[in-house]
Amino acid sequence: MDFELSEEQRLLRDSIDRFVKSEYPFSTRQEIIFSTLGYSEKNWKLFAEMGWLALPFDAQYGGFDGSPVETAIVMEALGRGLVLEPYLSTVVMGGGLLAAVASHDQKERLIPQIVAGELTLAVAYLEPQSRFDPADVETSAKSTADGFVLSGHKCVVYQGCTADKIIVSARTHGADRSREGISLFILDQDLQGVSRKDYKTLDGQWASDFFFSDVNLPASALLGQKGVALEAIESALDLVISAVCAEAVGAMAAANDITRDYIRVREQFGVPIGSFQVLQHRWVDMYMEAEMAKSMSDVLAMRLRDRDEDSALMVAATKVRVGKAGLVVGQGATQLHGGVGMTNEYAVGHYYKRLMTIDILFGNQDYHCSRYEQLEIVA
Amino acid sequence: MNLVFSEADLAFQQEVRNFLVQRLPVDIRDRCACGYIVGNEDLIRWQKILNEQGWMAPNWPVEYGGTGWSLTQKYIAAREFASACAPLPTFGITMLGPVLIAFGSDAQKARYLPRILRSDDVWCQGYSEPGAGSDLARLKTRAVRDGDQYIVNGQKLWTSYAHWADMMFCLVRTDPDAKAQDGISFILIDMKIPGIEIRPIIGLDMGHTLNEVFLEDVRVPVENLVGEENKGWTYAKYLLQKERNFVARVAQSRHLVARLKIIAAEQRVGDGHLIDSADFKRRLTSLEIDLRALEYSELRYLSRELHGEKIGLESSILKIKGSEIQQGLKKLLVESLGMYSAPYENDMMPIDSDYLSIGPQHMQGIMAEHLYGRAATIFGGSNEIQRNILARQLLR
Repeated sequence: MDFELSEEQRLLRDSIDRFVKSEYPFSTRQEIIFSTLGYSEKNWKLFAEMGWLALPFDAQYGGFDGSPVETAIVMEALGRGLVLEPYLSTVVMGGGLLAAVASHDQKERLIPQIVAGELTLAVAYLEPQSRFDPADVETSAKSTADGFVLSGHKCVVYQGCTADKIIVSARTHGADRSREGISLFILDQDLQGVSRKDYKTLDGQWASDFFFSDVNLPASALLGQKGVALEAIESALDLVISAVCAEAVGAMAAANDITRDYIRVREQFGVPIGSFQVLQHRWVDMYMEAEMAKSMSDVLAMRLRDRDEDSALMVAATKVRVGKAGLVVGQGATQLHGGVGMTNEYAVGHYYKRLMTIDILFGNQDYHCSRYEQLEIVA
Repeated sequence: MNLVFSEADLAFQQEVRNFLVQRLPVDIRDRCACGYIVGNEDLIRWQKILNEQGWMAPNWPVEYGGTGWSLTQKYIAAREFASACAPLPTFGITMLGPVLIAFGSDAQKARYLPRILRSDDVWCQGYSEPGAGSDLARLKTRAVRDGDQYIVNGQKLWTSYAHWADMMFCLVRTDPDAKAQDGISFILIDMKIPGIEIRPIIGLDMGHTLNEVFLEDVRVPVENLVGEENKGWTYAKYLLQKERNFVARVAQSRHLVARLKIIAAEQRVGDGHLIDSADFKRRLTSLEIDLRALEYSELRYLSRELHGEKIGLESSILKIKGSEIQQGLKKLLVESLGMYSAPYENDMMPIDSDYLSIGPQHMQGIMAEHLYGRAATIFGGSNEIQRNILARQLLR
């Protein structure tokens, strides 16, 4: 039983900490947000050079055989700086899906491109009616002589307009919400029949709704086997939830630090406001929530790495606990800053917005509480 | 990073489990399991079994009768004891022992430590006073030197189990002119000395664990001073740190969750049972998830300790979160009984009493435990004081 990082893991964390410190002051982040892509290609190249994009992939495809623990280390460090580069969508989610379902040939072609920083991905798996349920797929892909015809509407696809390729879940057979008959396709943006509505999100990123109307896909667009993708989507989501929870842990730590520094120096009634007990106790509550979230996140990453039988319950539990903690920290941080916390030009509110987003992404607290309860009955 | 205990630790866990299955008396286990206070004779009966096994004082060094267990083994043992519903160790073991070992004279160690191990002496803690609760340093009980004796006058309050105690370790003021913390001494008082009067305080649970202790011209031999005169505050602080070990009470809370599920599966609601109620289930789930976070935090901090870090503020976090979860579960247990939460039985009832032969099968002790459990956020440094401690260290 050991929660400490190995020497190698410490070096990994330190290198990303250094990057965040030197390349991601809040003012720079704001410039990046308002750039065309919403992230920095220069940074993305650096991620590739540093080997961070290779971490979770198999060595045979140019990866470093990293586990969910290493992914969590990266994401926690990125979370401290509210880093905008599409690590989650490309490496963790897109890459996770490729690793889970793609054929050997597809992996051999695509993963080295991700590792080199030449391919970014977005995953379109949710629809307006599906809320957070990946099995609720109405988008259809009908077989044709030489491929498929794709039709449907995918919603709030993070990095949908910046990604080089889109991975789309679609029903190749089966009734709506059936666990059978879901397939994954990878496609380019410029296919005929693909239209997109792009918009900015709460947390300053780009996302899109996709509308597919009779899009002709070649047979090679199918990732892996037809009709059996749901389990792969769910296991990729487990990794994504672990990653995004680790990101939240980093963001909470930073928000608490920023708030601590503020209440130490901000004076009212002739004294620092941090000398008031009500503020102290509120901050301590935020700190304790961040501690609980960190413990959950660490254990989840280890459980996923070890493929522990408790890991499904642990995914749901962690998403709930971290989501709750993130809101306590985010809202508390804004509150303790007073008026300044309400301004868009000050960092702390952006932590709140990202923490709020994370609470929603991949299923909110209610959704994962229900999952936890269902899994408990099965167990 | 890994979550797995070593083979040796797992074997140790099995050894502890086997011992508890074989040796923990069923009647004592059942009292603990439904949250009742275990009486003094029963407690001593259990402690004698523990001492025979050599497991009475895991937190003491081996040379004084400790077990020599590693930090991990101590954690595992405490968890197994709690899971098996064994009584918690008493003040002599958890608090006085470590202070005597660190600051006591050789004569004091030789006299008192073996007597604690053999359960010859039951100890109580003479700390709080009417004017000195969270602000303990304001205590007023005076000890005035008279030859080779101290004459002690004053009043102690909230003294748990004083009515069972043979001895009391006590904070007294020996220098009234010094700054609050500086004039305090730590002395050992024989409860049979004339001048000591114990008055019971009946708790909300209608049970008797708390007392007032009045001391009038109580003559205590000078050899009962621990360490140096006027240095008692240092020893008291040391002791309070020891008290904060095992504060998360994870295994106890898990036991409460298990009880809740049994009751909720039995209680009829509409066409089904309480466990099918979405509202009830959601509140239970939320507490279960909080409990997981607490358990993993305890492990994470244990890992820090294993790597040689000193644990301080972590205990305060575990105390706050642990007691809040415990109270949340106890409140839910009361609610699970519906109308049958109202009929009340004193927690001193024998376990096989048929005083309450009404209501759900597993309701015994629930309200008593809920009421008594309201103290969890007050004792051992109230949760507000714990937040002050955290703020002082982290916001400095």
